[in-house]
Amino acid sequence: MFSAPGLLFFVLGLAALTAPYMTLAANRIVAGDGFRVWQLAAPGNSVLALLLLVAGLVMGVLGAWPYLRVAGAASGLAALVWLLTLGGTSLLDGAGEYARISPAAGFWCLLVVLGLLLADGLASLSPGPWARLGILAVVLSVMAMLLMSGLLSGLSIMQEFSSRKPAFYDALSRHLWLSLGSLLVAVVIGLPLGIACYRSPRLRDALLPVLSFLQTIPSLAMFGIMIPLLGWVGDTVPGAQSIGIAGIGFAPAFIALVLYSLLPVVANTVAGLNSTPPAAQEAARGMGMKFLERLFKVELPLGLPIIFAGLRIVLVQNIGLAVIAGLIGGGGFGTFVFQGLNQTATDLILLGALPTVVLALVAGVLMDILVALTKPNVRHVSESAP
Amino acid sequence: MIEIDQISKVYDSKAAVDAVSMTVQTGTITVIVGTSGSGKTTLLRMINRLEEPTSGEVRINGVVTTTMPGHILRRRIGYAIQGHGLFPHHSVGRNIAAVPQLLGWSKDKTRARVDELLTLFSMDPDQFRDRYPAELSGGQQQRVGVARALASRPDLLLMDEPFGALDPIIRARAQADLRRIQRALGSTIMLVTHDMEEAIHLGDRVAVMDGGRLVQHGTPAEIIQHPATPFVADMVGGVDRPLRLLSLIPVSDLIEDGPATGAPVAAQASLRDALSECLWTGRDALPVARDGDVIGRVTLPAIRARAQGAT
Repeated sequence: MFSAPGLLFFVLGLAALTAPYMTLAANRIVAGDGFRVWQLAAPGNSVLALLLLVAGLVMGVLGAWPYLRVAGAASGLAALVWLLTLGGTSLLDGAGEYARISPAAGFWCLLVVLGLLLADGLASLSPGPWARLGILAVVLSVMAMLLMSGLLSGLSIMQEFSSRKPAFYDALSRHLWLSLGSLLVAVVIGLPLGIACYRSPRLRDALLPVLSFLQTIPSLAMFGIMIPLLGWVGDTVPGAQSIGIAGIGFAPAFIALVLYSLLPVVANTVAGLNSTPPAAQEAARGMGMKFLERLFKVELPLGLPIIFAGLRIVLVQNIGLAVIAGLIGGGGFGTFVFQGLNQTATDLILLGALPTVVLALVAGVLMDILVALTKPNVRHVSESAP
Repeated sequence: MIEIDQISKVYDSKAAVDAVSMTVQTGTITVIVGTSGSGKTTLLRMINRLEEPTSGEVRINGVVTTTMPGHILRRRIGYAIQGHGLFPHHSVGRNIAAVPQLLGWSKDKTRARVDELLTLFSMDPDQFRDRYPAELSGGQQQRVGVARALASRPDLLLMDEPFGALDPIIRARAQADLRRIQRALGSTIMLVTHDMEEAIHLGDRVAVMDGGRLVQHGTPAEIIQHPATPFVADMVGGVDRPLRLLSLIPVSDLIEDGPATGAPVAAQASLRDALSECLWTGRDALPVARDGDVIGRVTLPAIRARAQGAT
C-alpha cells in the first residue's frame, strides 16, 4: 500500500522545507542571507504553492498507484518552480541594483528528492526503450520551455547566463566535441584493440594492465605530462601547430579523455565477445565460419549490449572529466567552473556544473536506451506444446 | 567412406589420441564410446580439423582432408554438440539456414530445405520457423541443432554427446528420431558418447576408446559377446550383458510354432522386451504378432538359451 522510498522522500522533503530555500545577496560575490519558504513572499501568495508541494510528497507515498506518484513528483516540481518565481519577485523588490537571488540548500534538496521520486515512480512503470525516449523528450522540452519563458530570469545563475550567452553556447559545443569526439576516437581505436585482445589472450594480458595504469593517472598529472610532450610535438612537427596541437588547449584535453576511455572500451569489448555462449562459439567454428564471420554474425551481435554498456560508462565519465579541460584552456563548461572559482562567484560555478550534470544524465539515459535496443531479439513467451 | 589412418594427437608429449585407424562405411552410424579423457572427443574433432592431427590423415571418399582449408572442410561436415549450440539471437529458421547461407545457396532453396528439415523432425515449419531458441523446449532445441547440422546434406555428420543434456525420456525419443532420420536420409554419422547403452542402441558399429587408443571396433553384438579387453568388458557391464545382447535381437529371430495365450508381442520388438513381458505376466510363452496377425510364439526357454550364447 505505502511505498517505502516514498515515505523516505516524504520525510526528507519535509525536513528540506525547513532549510533556507533561497538566498539574497548584495552582489554576485558576497555570501547571501537565507530565506525559508514561509519568508519568501506574503503568506497569501505562497501558501498555495506550499500546499501543492506537500500534496506532491503525499502522493509519492501511495505505492499502489505509480501514475499518481509520477503526478505527485510533477506537481511537486511545478510547486518548486512556482515558489522560486514568487521568491524572486518579492525578494528582489527594493533590494538594490546589484542584488542577486539564488536557490539555496532547501531548494536543491527538494529538487533531488522530487527527482528521485519521479525516477522511482517511472521505474515502477518499467517503460520500454521507446517510451523512455519519449519521457526524456518530454522532460527536456519542459525544461527548455521553462528556461526560455523568462520565469527564472531573475535568478543569479540566469543573469550569469544572459551576460555570457555566446560563451555558453561555445562552451556547450566544445564540451560535446570533447566528450563525444573522444568517445568516437576511443571506439575507433579501442574496438579493434578489443577484438585483437579477444583473439589473442597474450595481447590481452599485456595490454589491459597498461590501460588500467593509464586509468589511475590523475587527470592533472596527465595534463602535466602532456604539456611538455605536446608542446614539443607542436614546435617540431611541421603543421602540427596549425591543426591546434600545443601544450595546452583542446589537444591535450582531448588526448587525455581518449586515453581514459580506452580501458572501458577495450575491456568491455573483450567481455562482450567472451559473453557468447561457449556452445554457440563451438558450433559456429564447427560449421565452418571463419573468424570474421563468427565475429560479425555471432560474437559482436551477442556482445553488443555489454560493449554499449562500456560506451555508456565512457560517455558519462568523459562528460564529467571534460570539465577539467577548462583548467588548461581546452574549453567546455569547465571554463565557467574555474572562472567562478577564481572570482568566488558561486553561480558562475553552477553555470558550468549544472549543464554538465544534465548532459551526463541525458547521455546516461540515452545510452541505456541504446543498450536495451541492442539486446538480442530473444523473446520469452510461454512454452508451447511440442 | 571415411578412412581414419594412423591418426595421433600429442599434447605436451602426451598422446591424447594414439595412432587410431578405422574405416566408417557410408550410410552407417559409428558410435565412439569411452570414459572422459579417453580421447574420443579429440578423435572426432580431428575429423573436421577443429583439432589438427599431430600425425596421420583422414580421407573422406578418398580425399585427404588436409587438401582443403579447414573452414571449407567443415562446411561439408555436419557438426552437432551437447547443449545444441544454437545462436540465441537467430530464429530457428536462420539457425538451420546457417551453413546453406555460408555456402551461398539461394533464398528459395534454403527456405525449402529449412521447411523440409523441420517437417522431418516433426516440427511444423509455420509454427516453428520464426521462433527463437529460448522459446523451445530442450528436446526441440536439440532437434533444431541436429537439423542445422544436416542442412547442407553433408557427406558426414559428427555428433559430440548430442543427447547429453536431455532427460532420459526425451533422450530415448531423440535417439529413436536420429535412427529414423538416418535411415530415411542414408546419412553417415559418427557419434561420441560415454554411455554404452546409447552406443549399443544406436550404433551399426561401436568403437571403444581407452587411454587414447582404439581398443575394439565392431558390431554391438561382437562388443558384447567378445569384449577385447577387461576395460571393454567393464564398459559393457558384467551383469547386464545378456540383457544388452537380447535387446539387439528381434523377436522374429526366435519364432516357433506352438500355442501361447495372453496379449501378443510384436515381431519387431526385442527379445529383451519379450523376456520382460514373460517375467511380468508370469507366462512361459508369448504369442507373436505381425501386423495384428498371430504368426507363432516365442518361449522363455528359447530366450534363455539365446542369452546363454553370450558367454
